[in-house]
Amino acid sequence: MSQAAAYRTGYDGIVVTAPVSVPYERYSPEPAHWWLARGLSDLGKQSGLGANDIDGLCVSSFTLFPDTAAGLTQHFGLTPRWLDHVPTGGASGVVTLRRAARAVQSGDANVVACLSGDTNHVDSFRAMLTTFSRFSQDASYPYGSGGPNGSFSLMTSHHMDTYGTRREDFGKLCVAQRDNALQYPNAMMKKPLTLDEYMHARLIADPIVLYDCVMPCAGAEAYLVMREEDAKAQGLPYAHILSTIERHNSFPDDPVQIRGGWALDVDEFWAMAGIEPDAIDLLQTYDDYPVICAMQMEDLGFCEKGAASEFIQSHTFTYDGSFPHNTSGGQLSVGQAGAAGGFLGLVEAIRQLTGGAGSNAVPDARYAAISGFGIINFDRGLCSGAAILASA
Amino acid sequence: MTDALKRPPKKDPQKRTTSPTLPPFARSRKAVAFTTAAAEGRFALQVCPECEHVTYPPRETCPKCWCMHLAWRDIPDGGKLIAETTLRTSVNTYFRERMPWRIGTVQLDAGPTVLAHIHGDVGEFERVRMIARTDKSGQGVMLALPEKETENMADDRQLRTLTCSPKFRRALVTDGRTELGQRMAKALADAGATRIFVGVAEEWRPFQGSEELAAIPGVEIMPLDITDTISVNELAAEMGDKADILVNTAEYVRPGSPMQRHGVTLARDEMETNYFGLMRLIQAFGPGMKARGADGDNSACAWVNLLSVYALCNWPVYGTTSASQAAALSLSQGLRGDFAGSGVKVVNVLFGPLEESWRQPLPPPKVTPQRLADTVIHALTEGIENVTLGPVAEDVVRRYKEDPFVLERELTQLQPGM
Repeated sequence: MSQAAAYRTGYDGIVVTAPVSVPYERYSPEPAHWWLARGLSDLGKQSGLGANDIDGLCVSSFTLFPDTAAGLTQHFGLTPRWLDHVPTGGASGVVTLRRAARAVQSGDANVVACLSGDTNHVDSFRAMLTTFSRFSQDASYPYGSGGPNGSFSLMTSHHMDTYGTRREDFGKLCVAQRDNALQYPNAMMKKPLTLDEYMHARLIADPIVLYDCVMPCAGAEAYLVMREEDAKAQGLPYAHILSTIERHNSFPDDPVQIRGGWALDVDEFWAMAGIEPDAIDLLQTYDDYPVICAMQMEDLGFCEKGAASEFIQSHTFTYDGSFPHNTSGGQLSVGQAGAAGGFLGLVEAIRQLTGGAGSNAVPDARYAAISGFGIINFDRGLCSGAAILASA
Repeated sequence: MTDALKRPPKKDPQKRTTSPTLPPFARSRKAVAFTTAAAEGRFALQVCPECEHVTYPPRETCPKCWCMHLAWRDIPDGGKLIAETTLRTSVNTYFRERMPWRIGTVQLDAGPTVLAHIHGDVGEFERVRMIARTDKSGQGVMLALPEKETENMADDRQLRTLTCSPKFRRALVTDGRTELGQRMAKALADAGATRIFVGVAEEWRPFQGSEELAAIPGVEIMPLDITDTISVNELAAEMGDKADILVNTAEYVRPGSPMQRHGVTLARDEMETNYFGLMRLIQAFGPGMKARGADGDNSACAWVNLLSVYALCNWPVYGTTSASQAAALSLSQGLRGDFAGSGVKVVNVLFGPLEESWRQPLPPPKVTPQRLADTVIHALTEGIENVTLGPVAEDVVRRYKEDPFVLERELTQLQPGM
């Protein structure tokens, strides 16, 4: 096959706008439908657009069963001419962005509402783990039923054993994210965290401690994709899409996951954007366990492979630090609202680039990199993706 | 090394008996083949007949060449522990009650990397020997053992959830009048069982080996006639709460096919012992054992049925006995369903002609009662549920797995004069 990169078109004239974060709740009696509806309702309020304007819908949710995006059209009174349902979990932010941007670019849709949300009833999380995937049902869940804690503890210890990454490094990321969360009104975790508290925290699955783990909760995140001129006409602040990548089941023969699909496509990622990693003003990684943040920093080229420890030691990661990272607090401090966790970083990046961030605003933010990672099907995350957005 | 298991304290009658909880039981249909191999103690994974690639978790097609005919084959059990963790929380109640729990990633010599339970004596990055066994939910799982034997290895907490070791357990042997029952009692004593209740029908009638039987440490002779419902119920009332392991050694065997018999008297006797006898035992002892599936280190753990391999397919030479054995086998299959949720394993041993008087005219190779008793102990200590014993039984089972209808023709039409 010929190299796809040579044939890829950019996303000129396609923009993202209307970042919506519905404040999370630890447990909610409402179904996923309520959370997605609230996301759509907030999109409408923020953009001034209605059902007649939105002709594309892209949805990501784990707890929407028995419905899919198709059923939601009737539920929400939408008559879209373009519809997608994205099952990539933590990679769903980037993946919906890619789908929606191409739909608008080709003219298949004018305005695509990208919605993600999940509820969290008492016992929802256990129920989801029990039936998460066939491979997990057959080959991982019966082994202690630790869920992602178990899978990520193995990846974490493997990264530490292979590259000498230290718990202090992971702790530094967690502490910085908590500092960021203290400035973000919707974060669930509002208690300051110190590195000392992190280092002496309760063990969950060695070497993972309590503060490495995200808290499952209910919530929704949403944004719109449309043509630049339409955003302008609507008076909506927007951001450009410079580059995206997506990859699934990369490096299947690595015995334990130590890299993700980003490593396959990193050159194309930066070439398409036309910038270098040092131009990035803020990075939003998928942070369902800090080892994955470290892996994304390496695989996206912010440091050499295996050098995450040094990289983390040489930077500060708060919104006002030398390398602003997960500026709203990430899932670790905001909470993990199911598939919305895959949107959280993207929506936060749009806010940062469109002047929508509050006291956690990164000064003069021009370029944001967003990375997603999802679906621990058996022993590793299958889906990965990344995007670069630029302020208008 | 593993800490040696301590003798469990006497049960406190004021304390509630812990209810059995289960590890996850849901599996795909393909994964059930892993369970059936595990039940036989085999470590089998899918192998591609086209490209020889060994694949895991269970798939519908080879991920290397998309061949649709993946076959379950026994594969080398060696591997290396390459990452590990100790879980300290779990969303599953069964594991939550048993934290901390050690799991890890094992790179198999055969190719795939797998997630497995890890024996406590396996060191970081050490080589391991994999076993596949059924867990308390009855589903196949993998456990990584140290490559070399370690002290008290069988007493490992996680390994013991997969096995039915007689150590410090109480057992019931249902018929002590036969050499088989006596050898079974002795083997259980040797394997560390603390009390061995041995049923004897018509105690007033003398039998060979009675004195030796009574002299086995831990043996208590109990009146039991499994053809008599009252007798079975009375024994269950007396010691049913102490039946951690039940080995049904009672059998009634007579040569002859229906056409060689007059009337149904003998066939009825066969059914009274082999089928109704089993049923009486199930009804009297089953519910109590089921309730005690998580009752500490001497929980109820195994129900052992000893069945002629001709339970699988009728052999006219012992035609009506075969039929009663088939009925018993069918009951034992259903017993797995009855015990589901309790963690109690149903162990079925299919054996070839036994060295005893009612099979005296049959030619060798035969299975000695000692060998059968040893095999039961092996199955219990290893946690194996399905055992085939002796060359005749192995031959029949092999043919049965290949094609039960061909076996039926072979056993009924191709053995004239037998």
